[in-house]
Amino acid sequence: MKSESTNTNGVKIGLECHAQLITKSKLFCPCSTDYHNSEPNTHVCATCLGLPGALPVVNERAIRYGIKVALALNCEVQPQIIFYRKNYYYPDLPRGFQITQYDFPIALNGLVQIESASGGDGGRERGIRIRIRRVHMEEDPGRLVYKGTIDTAKYSLVDYNRSGIPLVEIVTEPDLRSPKEVRIFLGELRSILGYLSVFDGDLEGAMRVDANISVGGGERAEVKNISSYKDVERALSFEITRQKNLVRRGLKVTLETRHYDEVRGITLSMRTKEFEHDYRYFPEPDLVPIRISDMVSEIKGEIPELPDEKKRRFVSQYSIAREHANTLTYDINIADFYEEVASKMDAGLSAVWVADVLKGELNYRGISMREASKRVSADDFVAMLRYFKKGVITERGATEIIREMLDHGGKPDEIIKRKGLASIGSAEIEKAVLEVIKENENAVEDYRTGKKEALHFLVGQVMRKTRGRANPKDVSKWIEEKI
Amino acid sequence: MIRKEEIEHIGWLARIELSDAEKELFEKQLSSILDYFAVLDELDTEDVEPTYHVIGIKDVVREDEPKEALSQSEVLRNAPKKEKGYFKSPRML
Ligand SMILES: [Zn+2]
Repeated sequence: MKSESTNTNGVKIGLECHAQLITKSKLFCPCSTDYHNSEPNTHVCATCLGLPGALPVVNERAIRYGIKVALALNCEVQPQIIFYRKNYYYPDLPRGFQITQYDFPIALNGLVQIESASGGDGGRERGIRIRIRRVHMEEDPGRLVYKGTIDTAKYSLVDYNRSGIPLVEIVTEPDLRSPKEVRIFLGELRSILGYLSVFDGDLEGAMRVDANISVGGGERAEVKNISSYKDVERALSFEITRQKNLVRRGLKVTLETRHYDEVRGITLSMRTKEFEHDYRYFPEPDLVPIRISDMVSEIKGEIPELPDEKKRRFVSQYSIAREHANTLTYDINIADFYEEVASKMDAGLSAVWVADVLKGELNYRGISMREASKRVSADDFVAMLRYFKKGVITERGATEIIREMLDHGGKPDEIIKRKGLASIGSAEIEKAVLEVIKENENAVEDYRTGKKEALHFLVGQVMRKTRGRANPKDVSKWIEEKI
Repeated sequence: MIRKEEIEHIGWLARIELSDAEKELFEKQLSSILDYFAVLDELDTEDVEPTYHVIGIKDVVREDEPKEALSQSEVLRNAPKKEKGYFKSPRML
């Protein structure tokens, strides 16, 4: 069954994705970008506070990162860039304008390939091409903290620590057809930015998205403030349903800007009276044009193997499933970890244990591979897999070791001893099996009268008694033998 | 000629409240500025490159080196309203 909100028919979505670049200092001033765990207004100076007379100077590394992103998105890098003032009054902009780009951005006309979502009416090929309209640089505004929600708060509090953090803005053509496709696209984008070492998706608010949405050729609405990557599907589904309901009631969708309220999962009209020409863009007189053509060839050489390419190499080089290759290549740190493990261990077995088990445990804990690698090294992982392969520990024991390493650290051999994870010998299994048969007469009787499920129950009981130190397949054979 | 609604819109963009007397005054002043640009518009600029910058300098950049920021109390020193290290501002929507 197709539900209304997942039906892709006539839905067109274009995105403006803002990603923070991980330079050491801000885009136009030398304030540190390391503000995420700091008190408000402690990473600001006259420039990012917009005090009169302060002069911005461009951070070269930020420009280089922007070019790197543009090249990775297959864009045409422009010969020269110029910064512009975008004028509007809002408390998060201390100067009353944002320094951004307009004409002469870093790059134009790129392309990103994503895997099909085919969640709605299908028909879209595997490998959808999303065109990139432009890539440009701009400064992040400050951060507003509301008391209550945006539409009920009496006032807002302003923290300018974020003011002036370099952002790269990536604008797509309206080539996306469903909220699910948007999520896949953003995943691919985050993955690429991570590979380039210019972006840290673990930082709060590192990527924020505005989306232009229209249905059935109607007018588009812009939804702003989708700050969490996880929220994007919810926000867009709400907006699509809202527009479809308007159309159904014979009403028109109006061209407007809407604010996404992440607490309530709805979009609200901002009733703005501002239009594009009201921004009165003009070249920033305090910043001079920068010729970037000379930087391009050097930066091209710094672009690593990207996720899509790595995915294909993993499938052919390690003969692993496409799904596993997808999981392993999403995060460059997991890909590197896997390759190190696979260089010392059976590549197929390594793929299962890294992609299915380790990744699952990371997701469960909400931690990244980079964080986890402080506790679990590839060598530890290899040692653990060797014990498993030799039968020293069971599958359950191996999983237990991974959990222990992630939660408390430690080495596999030491954890095996400390937690008594070594598989037990046949004498001990036999003893446990006999005990379980004695203690569960009903289940044994069920099994004898043909209820095969009873065997699972009995195996479970033995596993519990042996604290998972026996191989369930062996236990199953033992029970069948003894009954 | 600039219309009164346009003056009001410009005032709103700048978040400035204008009295009727001010609106009248700005209507006159802005109109005369626009009239002057109309004179400039008469010039033939067909073969003239657009000017984006009046100074002939290019390619000024700096190294990515962080320097010490202002202290929080210095930052908030001139703020008319503050709360817990934040600037306090009217809600805008
Ligand atoms: Zn600063």
